[in-house]
Amino acid sequence: MNQSILQQAQQQLFEPSGLNENQLDKVFSHLQGADLADLYFQSNRFESWVLEEGIIKNGSYSIEQGVGVRMVVGEQTGFAYSDEITLEALTASAKAAAAIGKAGQNKSTQAWKSRQSPNVIALYATDNPLASMSEDEKIALLRLADKEARAASPHVTQVIANIAGVHEHILVADIEGNMNADVRPLVRMNITVIVEKDGKRESAGSGGGGRYGFDYFTQADRIREYASEAVRLALVNLDAVDAPAGSQTVVLGPGWPGVLLHEAIGHGLEGDFNRKGTSAFSGRIGETVAAKGVTVVDDGTLENRRGSLSIDDEGTPTNCTTLIEDGVLKGYMQDKLNARLMGEKSTGNGRRESYAHLPMPRMTNTYMLAGEADPEEIIASVKKGLYAVNFGGGQVDITSGKFVFSASEAYLIENGKVTRPVKGATLIGNGPDVLTKVSMIGNDLALDKGVGVCGKGGQSVPVGVGQPTLKIDGLTVGGTDA
Amino acid sequence: MNTSIKETENQLREISETVLKLAKKYGASDAELSLNRGEGLSVEIHMGTVDKLEYNRDQGLNLSVYMGMHTGTASTGDLSPQAIQDTVKAACNIARYTEEDKYTGLADAELMATGIATNSADLDLYHPWDLSAEKAIELATECEKHARDFDPRIINSDGSSISTYSGMSLISNSHGFTGVLPSSRHSLSCSVIGQEVGDEDMQRDYWYSTSRVNAELESAETVGKKAAEKTLARLRGKQISTREANVLYSPEMARSIISHFAGAIAGGAQYRKSTFLLDSVGTKVFPEFIRLHEQPHLVRAFGSGYFDKEGVATSNRDIVTDGIVQGYIMGSYTARQLGLKTTANSGGTHNLTLESTGQNFNEMLKMLDTGFLVTELIGSGVNNMTGDYSRGAAGFWVENGEIQYPVEEVTVAGNLKDMFQRIVAVGNDIDLRSGTRTGSILIEGLMIAGS
Repeated sequence: MNQSILQQAQQQLFEPSGLNENQLDKVFSHLQGADLADLYFQSNRFESWVLEEGIIKNGSYSIEQGVGVRMVVGEQTGFAYSDEITLEALTASAKAAAAIGKAGQNKSTQAWKSRQSPNVIALYATDNPLASMSEDEKIALLRLADKEARAASPHVTQVIANIAGVHEHILVADIEGNMNADVRPLVRMNITVIVEKDGKRESAGSGGGGRYGFDYFTQADRIREYASEAVRLALVNLDAVDAPAGSQTVVLGPGWPGVLLHEAIGHGLEGDFNRKGTSAFSGRIGETVAAKGVTVVDDGTLENRRGSLSIDDEGTPTNCTTLIEDGVLKGYMQDKLNARLMGEKSTGNGRRESYAHLPMPRMTNTYMLAGEADPEEIIASVKKGLYAVNFGGGQVDITSGKFVFSASEAYLIENGKVTRPVKGATLIGNGPDVLTKVSMIGNDLALDKGVGVCGKGGQSVPVGVGQPTLKIDGLTVGGTDA
Repeated sequence: MNTSIKETENQLREISETVLKLAKKYGASDAELSLNRGEGLSVEIHMGTVDKLEYNRDQGLNLSVYMGMHTGTASTGDLSPQAIQDTVKAACNIARYTEEDKYTGLADAELMATGIATNSADLDLYHPWDLSAEKAIELATECEKHARDFDPRIINSDGSSISTYSGMSLISNSHGFTGVLPSSRHSLSCSVIGQEVGDEDMQRDYWYSTSRVNAELESAETVGKKAAEKTLARLRGKQISTREANVLYSPEMARSIISHFAGAIAGGAQYRKSTFLLDSVGTKVFPEFIRLHEQPHLVRAFGSGYFDKEGVATSNRDIVTDGIVQGYIMGSYTARQLGLKTTANSGGTHNLTLESTGQNFNEMLKMLDTGFLVTELIGSGVNNMTGDYSRGAAGFWVENGEIQYPVEEVTVAGNLKDMFQRIVAVGNDIDLRSGTRTGSILIEGLMIAGS
């Protein structure tokens, strides 16, 4: 299995230019003296289709491929890349990246030889999702989305549906001779609707996906689920009243609201910020940063999830890393460079947007484990507060720890009951102490539906989040109703 | 890696001709493309040591083909003959499956920026900087050192970086239009972390300078010191209580207010009816003193160009005069949807400029009198359909026109429709570091949520 993935990747990445692995010795000869050096070969094929105003308006296809060459000496990284995968281009990139090595001490020069890597468990099939369906079949998915959305309510005036798929081959060769490869499928569908009623208009979207072929969307009535969810959300918001302003008891629904964890603690626990001491969580391993019962993990090993990877972009198999256990800070997410400098081991979180970007510690699927409370009991316990179940994006300042995430579906809780919907509002808090205010944890852990994208340092990667229903005693809600 | 710009231009022209020919061959009735190629160097320093040294080399082709009223698009970062052929084929294959869309196609031929297209050099956007790795390391190190030496409360660095990039983009279509735009951009930035003695909380802030011309960059000392000053000003920030207040957006933050407006009057939002400013041409959206206009031909500016992505000639125009919306922001597709003419905004606006009401920053603070000066916004939190606005913010509490103390962990909320009407003044402290130009903006009556 493993061997065949490596062969598939070599066939895709090396064969077109006649490159073979024995030639990599010449490339690595320029990178001698490195504490860490690798070549990252990548080839991407991306395809998308859009339906709008009832017609298939556009489709697009893109080709991206190249190789990134990295040399690390101490804390210093030299990097260059090329969109040509040829020995000549590789050698030029290696010479450029090696500019960083001038300061480094030369180690003994040894011939580079590839060696067998331990077996890696593949978390998804290697089949090309773009070829998993004919064009007519792909288009039929969008037509179904349009039909389902319009059938869900007479108030729907616009439906924009799109599907996108990626087939990616990567191969990482490091200076120690390890060669690891991965073949990654990824598909996504989004449905956005506009509704109009009594002269008021609202818009909302829903969607899903994962590391599958496009046939994922033909199963389990998914398209109808996305369409009716988008319509439901838009209709709810038509009747929304002003959100409250100020500190409130907030109950977060299960699943996607886990974006809280991603922003409030996830980024602050990435190894690079902690190695440099720039995170509000720096040097706090072993300290209590959350209420008892709060356990948060970053798990890249879930089969077929959008945020999952069989190996990360440095060739390290992914893990389920415990970040917080029963309220206590346990560990950071690491890539090779930061792990080495902190005397730790890579947790398989070294990710990069493409060959033209350097890897850094990134999240995969970040979620909180379930507790014991019945979600209804959680809502019943709140006299006055906010029940927030859907969110847009979020952002964090990792140094001050202040984070935001913006609700797109929320309701007032009055005397233990969910009452009126309120307008979208931004919630703001302080990462290192927000989880100490968690007073109830639901038994209903859910993961998101698979459309998450995380941005850091100008690089985007697919991620997942999840959590059970949570009660937080005191979070600032950015409404307009004082 | 250093090829002359003329050589790059010739290569891109050659590829462009090949692509247009191939598109015809594979059945396209029309085609348009953009090509780019450039290279650069960036260095990041952390605590006096090189953190990253990166050589960048980017190139790409974006292609749209039309088969009658059917559209297909494709792109590639690989410009080898094989990849180009695959890309053209893919776009044409897609056009066989998309449906007839009566609004699609090239912009009208008579709108092309023909004749002046070859004079892009007049805009003076191309000043490559032959920056060696050694010199880059030296400058970024010096910049960080100035920030760290500024005050003992600067305890750490989030990095100082320098980057240079120069290259060329080319737009071409089957009307026979080809335009090239050589350009460069250089930046020097510094981000440092401060901590008050005896305090656990840290704060970070940054400053950067960016220009088409390296000689016009602020000095390493200026950038480093400004970064340190900004960080120190944020120490001991606190949350304020929930209240209604007047808000002064710093020039950097004010830009986002203009962007929300531009998004609301974009052709796409108008024809989809997904905007809170639907059918707003002729409507008084702002107070009378507001003028917003485009200046596409400013020398050395970041939003300059003689043509848009469809090859349509750009020109100066008012988007808002006396507070009244004069026109939308459209390419030819969205314009046709609306029964209007393109405004040469395929790909975005060109030096969108909000005219100042004449006050400098200190005068703006005096006008604010008592209220919230916003210097940072985080999160999205804007509903384009309704104009509802709620974003995380940090800045300073101001009383009697004087800054009192730093504020953090609050939100500012309102509705953009009201916020536009409640603009009281626009400063002349214009930030020129982007393609959208505005000074600070004072807005009355926003809700601040805090403790």
